[in-house]
Amino acid sequence: MLEKLGLFPAAASTHAGRVDALYLFLIGVSAFFAILIATLIVVFAFKYRRRSDDEQPKLIEGSLALELTWSIVPFGIAMLIFLWGAQLFVSLKTPPKNALDVFVVGRQWMWKVQHLEGRREIDELHVPVGRPVKLTLTSEDVIHSFFVPAFRIKQDAVPGRYTEEWFEATAVGSYHLFCSQYCGTEHSRMIGRVVVMEPADYQAWLSGDGRPAAGANAALATNAAAVSVATAGEGLFKDLGCATCHKSKPGALGPSLAGVFGSQVQLQSGASVAADESYLRESILNPDAKIVAGYQPVMPTFQGQVSEEDLLQLITYIKTLRSS
Amino acid sequence: MTSPAHAEAHAAHAEHHQLGFVRTYLFSTDHKMIGRQFLFMALFMMIIGGSLALMMRWELAWPEGNVGPEPNAATRVLLKLFGDASSGDLPIPFTKWIPEPYMYAGHMPPEFYNAAFTMHATIMIFFVVMPILVGCFGNFLIPLMIGARDMAFPFLNMLSFWVGAVAGVLMLAAFFVPGGAAAGGWTSYAPLSAVPTYTGVTWGQNLWCISLIVLGASSLMGSINYITTIINMRAPGMTYFRLPLTVWSLFITAVLLLLALPVLTAALAMLLLDRMAGTSFFLPAGGGEPLLWQHLFWFFGHPEVYIMILPGMGIASEILPVFARKPIFGYRAMAFSMIGIAFLGWIVWGHHMFQSGMNPTLGTSFMISTMVIAVPSAIKTFNWLGTLWGGNIRFTIPMLFALGFVAMFVIGGLSGIFMASTPVDIFIHDTYFIVAHIHYVLFGGSIFAIFGAIYFWFPKMFGRMMNNFLGYVHFWGTLIFYNGTFFPMHIIGIGGHMRRIYNPMQYEFLHPLQHWNVFMTVSALGLGLAQIPFVINFLYSLFFGPKAERNPWHSNTLEWVAVTPPPHGNFGPTLPTVYRGPYEYSSPGVEEDYLPQDRLLSDRPAHAH
Repeated sequence: MLEKLGLFPAAASTHAGRVDALYLFLIGVSAFFAILIATLIVVFAFKYRRRSDDEQPKLIEGSLALELTWSIVPFGIAMLIFLWGAQLFVSLKTPPKNALDVFVVGRQWMWKVQHLEGRREIDELHVPVGRPVKLTLTSEDVIHSFFVPAFRIKQDAVPGRYTEEWFEATAVGSYHLFCSQYCGTEHSRMIGRVVVMEPADYQAWLSGDGRPAAGANAALATNAAAVSVATAGEGLFKDLGCATCHKSKPGALGPSLAGVFGSQVQLQSGASVAADESYLRESILNPDAKIVAGYQPVMPTFQGQVSEEDLLQLITYIKTLRSS
Repeated sequence: MTSPAHAEAHAAHAEHHQLGFVRTYLFSTDHKMIGRQFLFMALFMMIIGGSLALMMRWELAWPEGNVGPEPNAATRVLLKLFGDASSGDLPIPFTKWIPEPYMYAGHMPPEFYNAAFTMHATIMIFFVVMPILVGCFGNFLIPLMIGARDMAFPFLNMLSFWVGAVAGVLMLAAFFVPGGAAAGGWTSYAPLSAVPTYTGVTWGQNLWCISLIVLGASSLMGSINYITTIINMRAPGMTYFRLPLTVWSLFITAVLLLLALPVLTAALAMLLLDRMAGTSFFLPAGGGEPLLWQHLFWFFGHPEVYIMILPGMGIASEILPVFARKPIFGYRAMAFSMIGIAFLGWIVWGHHMFQSGMNPTLGTSFMISTMVIAVPSAIKTFNWLGTLWGGNIRFTIPMLFALGFVAMFVIGGLSGIFMASTPVDIFIHDTYFIVAHIHYVLFGGSIFAIFGAIYFWFPKMFGRMMNNFLGYVHFWGTLIFYNGTFFPMHIIGIGGHMRRIYNPMQYEFLHPLQHWNVFMTVSALGLGLAQIPFVINFLYSLFFGPKAERNPWHSNTLEWVAVTPPPHGNFGPTLPTVYRGPYEYSSPGVEEDYLPQDRLLSDRPAHAH
């Protein structure tokens, strides 16, 4: 219905309807107060305009009852909007456990997308319909923002850290993808699309056969399709010598990484930290920031030696390590 | 109350005739002259900022001079006047003189577009709205309204203006350095602004930082002066709750300025060091944190919003009772709600960063503090309506602008709730909805209040009346074209039209919204033209307007007790004594419908407010 009014772009995610409902409620509240106040201004302007020079209005200096009314009523409405908005916000920011992981790296002026199975694309994101997708975003240069109007999602990709966003597409089709954070001269040309496919088509696309990606993406995508991200990460793990210290043997210089992802890590400072992607990232780039209890700060930094893509591969590999 | 500053002002008064041109008009220490200087500087900057806005609007309606396949009637007229009808090329008029690489024969490249929106916002916020509300009216009104002879520190006051003028020159100089003016957006998010190669702008951005650091010093001098003056130099009997609400608003604003601007100055210094000295405060490659900039910037930036709207609220609260001939409704509620807004303004900065990757718990905290601002805002709005209720309203030009302020502020306030509501904000953030919101607050709010204030206090400032007819043309033209320019931005913002994009026609899904862009641009041109009667009125009345009497609006506050225009030292040999609050209109105790604050009624005890 909203689409017919032309007020909102197409709605194609599970978020869209819920965001639109709150939006419509706000429109209703705003319209009510805007019309109420505008009417009062116009009515007062006519009713109380000056009729003669010597007419003197009644002396009214205030009214406590009225002050309380127009404090408490707006407060109540504001809290209603808060409660509604807060529970929706938390659910929009909490990806389901079974979500499909996709990595997105922004740079001037393109989106680079990396699927776990190895397929890469630029300025395009292929996803299956009806399945939650969790994006892990970062940037190589300035801040970008991943904006898909039809999904009602927008998340900044900030250099030097990971941010998260999730959505579940509800209809097969092609949707606009923009960078909404001003990012330099050609910001307005940073345009892409999200392609929502039937699960079977998506699987075929992932493995590189079936429908090839369009244009320049095709060569890139098929070249990279061979190796999965985790496999590439395993290679890097060996090449960088990570395994020398991080092994599951007593007396190893570094803590074992088996099963570390998703666990609570006990730190030397006495605190504990949840081992998520951001923690792993920090531990690779700035190992001294959080020292694991029982270990010495001996690990060198890999800042400047690993690219954003290398990092994604390493982290993905570490996530696959299960405790034996 | 006698203080060294008083004595000095007395001395200055005595020497009035010996002061030459330079001491009277350039390096004056008289608060009224400094106020006028701020006004002239800001009105000049407004022309530059407005021209940049019109160039941007032109680019958005007819991107790269392209009128599209089916130009509408207005476009066809403009094409005939300024373009080439055969090729459908519509360059920006009057810009052919701007050399490459800034403009290409009236066509704007993205580099210049990005610099234009950066500089438009920077100039309008820092060199138009703040100098007029705080620099001009703060300076002119505070000593007059509290019954003082000048500011507490007249020399510091002069320095504040001239340091501010240097900042203005540095900001404008950025247009003439290689690489062009700053193009990082007025928010200058790092790392975009921190590394020259990301925008291609070198000295333009450096000058932007330096100019605002210098302006911070100017603002600091001003705010210290205002706070000291209001605390120490009120006339006998002028208690805090007999202060006009304009003075209340300027007092609260000065406190906000004192606390907020240094945060920006610190952030700017870090940014400048990142750019020029190889530090990495905001650069992740060197261990810095891009989000630190956002936290610092918005910790300044949100109080800044209230710095720009609170004086507007004060001005509206001043003008409405004068022309409704009624006391302001709920004086104390008005004062306390301004304090409430100022306090809440410190704990809401995170609502500018909902999509930067904030933890939802922190996000909801910022959400609730933002929501609560609706309460003091509602109190103010309904008290303004209460002031009109049962009044005897005179529709003078200042009154029309004050009413316009209330109506436009309501729209800007209500659209703010959409942004406070995080799930909706995530969708509309960085779209034209935000642009609509900020313009309803800063143009519909602050600028309407500024126009109202200029028409209202012009007689006191310059001793002459402004022309009514030109004033009506200015008000109605501004109100209509202003809404035509900015209201549709809500609609295209919800439609997904992002801000800061150079060419909307690059986006296929925005094609159906393009007619709105044309409509808004034509309205913006009308809005620009609607300012011509104001310029004529202002300049003509300055020299040839009818002489103003001492109290043309029959107002109660002390500035109208001083002769017109007020001399050095403002009030003659003795300072006025205050017996009552500022808004006792239509008091049953007197014949007239107004009762000045300094009039002693002998037959009954002074009515305490």
